[in-house]
Amino acid sequence: MWSSNWAREALAVLAKDIRSEYRTRYAFSAVLLFAVTALAVVSFSVSPYSLDADVQAAFLWIVLFFSAMTGLSRSFVREEEARTAMTLRLSTAPEAVYVGKLLFNIALQGAVAAVVVPLFLVLMDVAPAHPGLLASATILGTMALASSSTIIAAIVSRANAKGAIFAVLAFPVTLPGLSSAIRATTAALRGAVGSGSALVAGAAGDLRALAAYSVLMIASSLLLFDFVWDD
Amino acid sequence: MCVCNSRLFAALKLLLGVWMTVVIIAAFFYAPAAQNLGQMSRIIYFHIPAAWVSVVAFAVCTAYSVRYLRNRRTQDDAAASFSAELGLLFCVIATVSGSIFAKATWGSYWNWDPRETSIFVLLLIYGAYFALRSSVDDPSRRGSLAAVYGVLAFITVPLLVFVAPRIPAVQSLHPDGPILATGGGLDMDGRMMTVFISSLMGFTGLYAWVFSLRLRAWRFITALANRQED
Repeated sequence: MWSSNWAREALAVLAKDIRSEYRTRYAFSAVLLFAVTALAVVSFSVSPYSLDADVQAAFLWIVLFFSAMTGLSRSFVREEEARTAMTLRLSTAPEAVYVGKLLFNIALQGAVAAVVVPLFLVLMDVAPAHPGLLASATILGTMALASSSTIIAAIVSRANAKGAIFAVLAFPVTLPGLSSAIRATTAALRGAVGSGSALVAGAAGDLRALAAYSVLMIASSLLLFDFVWDD
Repeated sequence: MCVCNSRLFAALKLLLGVWMTVVIIAAFFYAPAAQNLGQMSRIIYFHIPAAWVSVVAFAVCTAYSVRYLRNRRTQDDAAASFSAELGLLFCVIATVSGSIFAKATWGSYWNWDPRETSIFVLLLIYGAYFALRSSVDDPSRRGSLAAVYGVLAFITVPLLVFVAPRIPAVQSLHPDGPILATGGGLDMDGRMMTVFISSLMGFTGLYAWVFSLRLRAWRFITALANRQED
């Protein structure tokens, strides 16, 4: 009974965010345009050179990381700016708010990645050696980015300098996930340099690390979110 | 605080002064130089204890943050921020001394060795912690936001310490052979070991002393402010 209520509240928060996002398309268009601009700058400035797989993976994740930094704080900052946070606080359990915002951030960042990664492959003229590995690295990396930045977004929305300190706070916390994502993507782009099984085993370790990182972040955020949200 | 207690603290303070003096002298004159690194190896008596204290200070900061979140006492929040201040100081000392050592042995001040990466991230976390503190006006909100961030960052530090040095593409140049020989146990000359452990204890004591001093000053100032209000 309690748990079904809770899940329904979380889904209601998600539906509310998606509906208001669909009406304004503010976050999605801003983040997507930022990501495409950054990608164009990268591609334009390095197009004469053929790059190594690790450099390409690093570029891809720099673009994804900074687009996450421009967009993912919106979910909480908007509630504070529109002065709807208090209503949400009164009507909904804190954990349900967190889970709803987390799902929205995963959806937003996933939508951005779904546009950016194919565009990246086209613009940089890359044929990934292991498309499946690239897809799973992108999905798990998106989960990791969203799970670490949702709680940071909640912290930032309660502070004064909302835009300026989000990336500063998020980077050290996100770094373990980010470095695993970059390594898995490098393996996916590079292909058969080493022996195939060793490569896949290494990449599988990175993917496991990414999943474990996301679970750790979500679990500790659920424990800590109450202190950020209700003070 | 009773008289005998404060006398004990005064005696400990004197002991700490003598202890650190002896450690500094011993580090240069008593301990032998390591075989491969020569005189440069004497950095371990200062660089590693500083790095150790910067991690310990962060752990103390997290412990006080958790306590603040549980019972909301202003003193715990202040203690967490003082510990973070000291940790930042020792982290800078460890980074700068390590960087000078890197220049002397590897030829460049900075090359993103895994250890350098993890201490740099620790430095960033401390910086972010204070950036967050300074951007919140309301004291109780500042306390809880900073505490939550401290706990969250502390959870990711072990990941960095375990993940970053295991990047296979990056070979660490960091000479941790004499300190953390993998599987070989501690592999150090007896006199070096004595001075190293003493220095570790001395640095930890120094941290504890300055921390308690800062906390006592804070209590005094708060009491004074309360009295003026009355």
